[in-house]
Amino acid sequence: MAIYRFTVNESPIVVDLPGMRRLLDVLREDLALTGTKEGCGEGECGACTVLLDGTPVDACLVPICQVEGCIVETVEGLASTEPGSDLPPTLDRLQAAFLKTGGAQCGICTPGMLMAGRAYIDAGGGPDDDAIREAIAGNLCRCTGYTKIIEAIALASGQDPAA
Amino acid sequence: MGIEPSVTSPRLLHDAYAILAERPVRPIAGGTDLMVALTAELGEPPDQIVDLWGLDELRGITVDSGALSLGALTTYTEIRRSAVCREHLPVLVEAAATIGAAQIQNRGTLGGNVANASPAGDTLPVLLAADATFVLGSIRGERTVASSEFWPAYRRTALAPDELLLRIRIPLLAGREMRFRKVGTRRAQSISKVVMALGWRDGEPAEPRSVAAPWTEVRLALGSVAATPIRARATEAALEGRPPTPETADQAAEALAAELHPIDDVRSTAEYRRIVAARVLHRLIREAGGW
Amino acid sequence: MPDLTSRTELPGALVAQPDAITPGRARSAPPLRREGPAKLTGTAMYADDLVFPGAWFGATIRSTDAHARLVSIELDPAFDWSGVVVVTAADIPGDNIVSSIKSDQPILVPVGGRIQHHAEALVLIAALDRATLRAARRALRVTTEALPAVFDPLSSEHVFAAYELATGDPDRAFAAADFILEGEYRVGHQEQLYIENNAMIAIPSDDGGVTVHGSLQCPYYVHTALKRGLAMDDRQARVVQAETGGGFGGKEEYPSMIALHAALLAGKARRPVRMIYDRHEDLAATTKRHPAIVRHRTGVTHDGRLVAQDIEVVMDGGAYCTLTPVVLSRGAIHAGGPYRCPNVRIRARATRTNTPPNGAFRGFGAPQTEFAAETHLNRIAEALQLSPLEIRRRNVYQVGDTTPTGQVLSASVAGEEVLERAAEAGEFERLRVRHHRQRASRLGSGTIPGSPLRTERTRLASGVGLALAWHGAGFTGSGEVKLASVASLELTDDGAISILVGSTEMGQGTKTILPQLVADALEVPYEVVEFASQDTAHVPDSGPTVASRTAMVVGGLLIQAAQRLRSQVEGSTGGSFADTYRAYARANGPLRIDQRFEPYPGVGFDDETYRGDAYPAFGWAACVASVEVDLDTGEVYVRDVVAADDIGRVIHPVLAEGQVEGGTLQAVGYATIEEIKLRDGRYLNDRLATYIIPTALDAPRITTILVEAPFDAVPHGAKGVGELPMDVGAPAVVAAIADATGVWIGDLPASPERILAALAGVPAIAPLRPGASEPAAGL
Repeated sequence: MAIYRFTVNESPIVVDLPGMRRLLDVLREDLALTGTKEGCGEGECGACTVLLDGTPVDACLVPICQVEGCIVETVEGLASTEPGSDLPPTLDRLQAAFLKTGGAQCGICTPGMLMAGRAYIDAGGGPDDDAIREAIAGNLCRCTGYTKIIEAIALASGQDPAA
Repeated sequence: MGIEPSVTSPRLLHDAYAILAERPVRPIAGGTDLMVALTAELGEPPDQIVDLWGLDELRGITVDSGALSLGALTTYTEIRRSAVCREHLPVLVEAAATIGAAQIQNRGTLGGNVANASPAGDTLPVLLAADATFVLGSIRGERTVASSEFWPAYRRTALAPDELLLRIRIPLLAGREMRFRKVGTRRAQSISKVVMALGWRDGEPAEPRSVAAPWTEVRLALGSVAATPIRARATEAALEGRPPTPETADQAAEALAAELHPIDDVRSTAEYRRIVAARVLHRLIREAGGW
Repeated sequence: MPDLTSRTELPGALVAQPDAITPGRARSAPPLRREGPAKLTGTAMYADDLVFPGAWFGATIRSTDAHARLVSIELDPAFDWSGVVVVTAADIPGDNIVSSIKSDQPILVPVGGRIQHHAEALVLIAALDRATLRAARRALRVTTEALPAVFDPLSSEHVFAAYELATGDPDRAFAAADFILEGEYRVGHQEQLYIENNAMIAIPSDDGGVTVHGSLQCPYYVHTALKRGLAMDDRQARVVQAETGGGFGGKEEYPSMIALHAALLAGKARRPVRMIYDRHEDLAATTKRHPAIVRHRTGVTHDGRLVAQDIEVVMDGGAYCTLTPVVLSRGAIHAGGPYRCPNVRIRARATRTNTPPNGAFRGFGAPQTEFAAETHLNRIAEALQLSPLEIRRRNVYQVGDTTPTGQVLSASVAGEEVLERAAEAGEFERLRVRHHRQRASRLGSGTIPGSPLRTERTRLASGVGLALAWHGAGFTGSGEVKLASVASLELTDDGAISILVGSTEMGQGTKTILPQLVADALEVPYEVVEFASQDTAHVPDSGPTVASRTAMVVGGLLIQAAQRLRSQVEGSTGGSFADTYRAYARANGPLRIDQRFEPYPGVGFDDETYRGDAYPAFGWAACVASVEVDLDTGEVYVRDVVAADDIGRVIHPVLAEGQVEGGTLQAVGYATIEEIKLRDGRYLNDRLATYIIPTALDAPRITTILVEAPFDAVPHGAKGVGELPMDVGAPAVVAAIADATGVWIGDLPASPERILAALAGVPAIAPLRPGASEPAAGL
């Protein structure tokens, strides 16, 4: 056991845990952030994708000792909640695009898919089919044929006229 | 995961050396291989692990003393984004791009690929064909091992129990051409059925007006066709000093098919691997020859 | 662009506004997926997300033999078993049977009993934490005595089910045919590969009962299984569906087994037990699509009209019966393809092998037999030098035609329409002619000249393929009548309208389309129609969520219930339902309408003779696939797919398209890369690194054309969409590979290994051969 410090969705976290515990288990079991899903535990499906210092990683392959001092972002951090408000959170642009296009079906790959899409858009990715496919190639989806997921990421990556 | 082994995360290389000198412990770098094995409980789990991720001394891509030098913790993403790699060894960039997908490329390291010693390691044929050397270090000092000497048997390396892989050095050779091709199970998140790297330098044409220069210093390396990544030396010999003509390609393909003894496994068949390796080589020579 | 930022509604009614939908694709703007916001924010609760304080972790000890006698189960006396519960067959209070069609599958193999397949459940253990569980697993020893195993379904003598369908006089018709062509086709296992693994949590209750929360398609299947295995009554056994991360048939029957296992452990431990499979266990132990061997003998005229079909289907059931008889039945009925043929004989049987049992998977027997039918027809077209489009035009079912079960197709027949729409949008004829020219200009027309080690000048060859299929809507035969499903609608005294059904959401859109249909019928806003959770304590048995029946059957029942509710309220208040239902509820108290299934008028089937209306209606699908084949390696890139699917009436175009796109990619995977190899009855592809499905880079661009030929016996005309696209994708891809390379692959998947062998001159498929009576010499 050892003390590890990092942030999750902007909240500072301090845990005292075995260093080889998977980030996925720390999120789901120790921090009760069950939005991040486990689909295979072998880095194949990407359902557990989170952002570690801004880059997508499979949380099932990262031991918590390697998260010391890092910034972790999960699906729970995407929608925004107004401080002091009891209203439900507001979907972010990418989540709203998924909802609109039908990019989420069974929903189990969705959190990981959103994080991969988020990283793609944050890195300046645009509505280019091939580039989006490469960005989400580490995230398996069995429901959608990827069509509407790609559409959603393309939609959310487009220039926002209001911006 | 069931039971987590204990782990130490040194920040300095000599601290890591000290840990390893005390007793053999299993190193972890980006975790893309070891974490899978631990979760799946494949093999006897180590009780102690040394986490190399914090050793910044093992990071960085530089060119020095006529060689491209990559720290063992260089990730595939860093290779893909490295202007130095793109300039001096674009096949390594190509190989890195075929590994896993973004999540794996962000964590998986070149050193991990080398030390994990999988016969299917996708960068390993590139390193073999580029005459890479590996700098190993321990409390006892540093030593250099040629890539061709590094994988003696299935999943074995030349690393002593107390040693770490520090850097991968690839000599820069003026006029060296290299090609890479991976035939995998699908287009991403794919394990290779055959992976190949070919290197050569153009020699002086035997006859001044000849279009195709003969190849010299030919290197042909493959993965997923034997218990270790291998050099195909008989085929190299068949190519050495020959221009990339149809005849050369035919003979090289025949030589390679004769030289390889792959196996059937869950991903492919021995026969497929043998034939495809030969055909991919034939294609690479055809493309180089422009016929 | 419209504002994408939408606000989620309060929990329990997580509804997004429909204003962001592009108009023009639907009759009216459909609502957004009801549970979408929860899924998108990570707050949807899947089984493994549920927390039950004090829960232990459960595990299953499985056989490593394919066929053996279980001699003993021994617990290491040196191990501290105080923190562990162990359950064997001797602990089962009810029947040691997983309730299904036949009572042949035990919950746990008893000591002295027979192990019938690898990964069969023998012993259950549960412990406070995973470390103890793992240690306990190692301290438990199972002894077995191996028995000879059967792996070949053709030679197996244990027959789970057999059917024979015949119409006309095939023997006489073969004698009169211009050509007779024979072919044999094989398809392997396919894993459903829902991304959420199977998971079930059991909580014992004070009355000696149990509640299970889990990932499942059919709450009442699980309920029935619990009652029988645990000797419980209707109330003691309670099943609650958690959010379910995909099913595709894979969570139709196996969850009954897992629920029983979790409940047995929970009962003995007297505390909640979590039985969460990891991917390896899920792949190794749970059901797959049935492998099949299909032989065709077809008599045709010079101009490509089918005059006789003789088809033999053999499916590998695996070690237990599960749903095999109905899978086989659907496979047999669809085996001839959607074509008029006056003389047909279809013989189908499913046999037992010592491999893990096979079960439901999207398409349910039809993808196997329709792959064979379509590939065979494409080869006949090639042999007759007819276009694959033209031969289909000449044979596709039209209104008034009769199927092999004697069913007259009197309405809702859209085979020709989907064919023409897909062919046109996919530019099938233009591409086919172009590829033909390209192939002819390549040396050797796709076979490798000289050494197989040599490459051709061309590396990538393009091909286009066409396939057409039909798919019976809903249950086969009298299944729906026997089921007698009930769907209910409730108006509560506080004026809420709630749908009460056991039909589950697993991604396909149940929670969105059913409220949509009810809201339409009641003329109230979609948002006010609630959808009660799938909890057997509260909702009736509206039948399993399978067979693409939910939109058609359950949707129809709910519309009828809504109509009754509406007329009762309007009759009483004299005002419109929308304006008066709240006041009605306040004044009169709650009102619940239970709508029971009644047979569709004029639809009848005789299970004994296998004659009659096998399905109330059929859906129709056509697919044009464009591929590139790497001639060096046999790798296939499926670039584009155009899918035209007739689904009766479109309820929700975005969700319907999603079904077609997802089903199409599953079919592309089936065609190209999804494969299970076995050694001694054990799956070798039992991890996600070895059982591979298409990634986004492997997936084609998919264009969906929704066609509407309504089914008039249900008020909304819908026929279902889920399974339809699964039937056509694989034969279209295989035809495209043949178009590109000149070689036919008769075994699925059309792997690079098989393609390369064929290109290098090793036939991957028996050549299409003339049949016994000689006129085929002209070919």
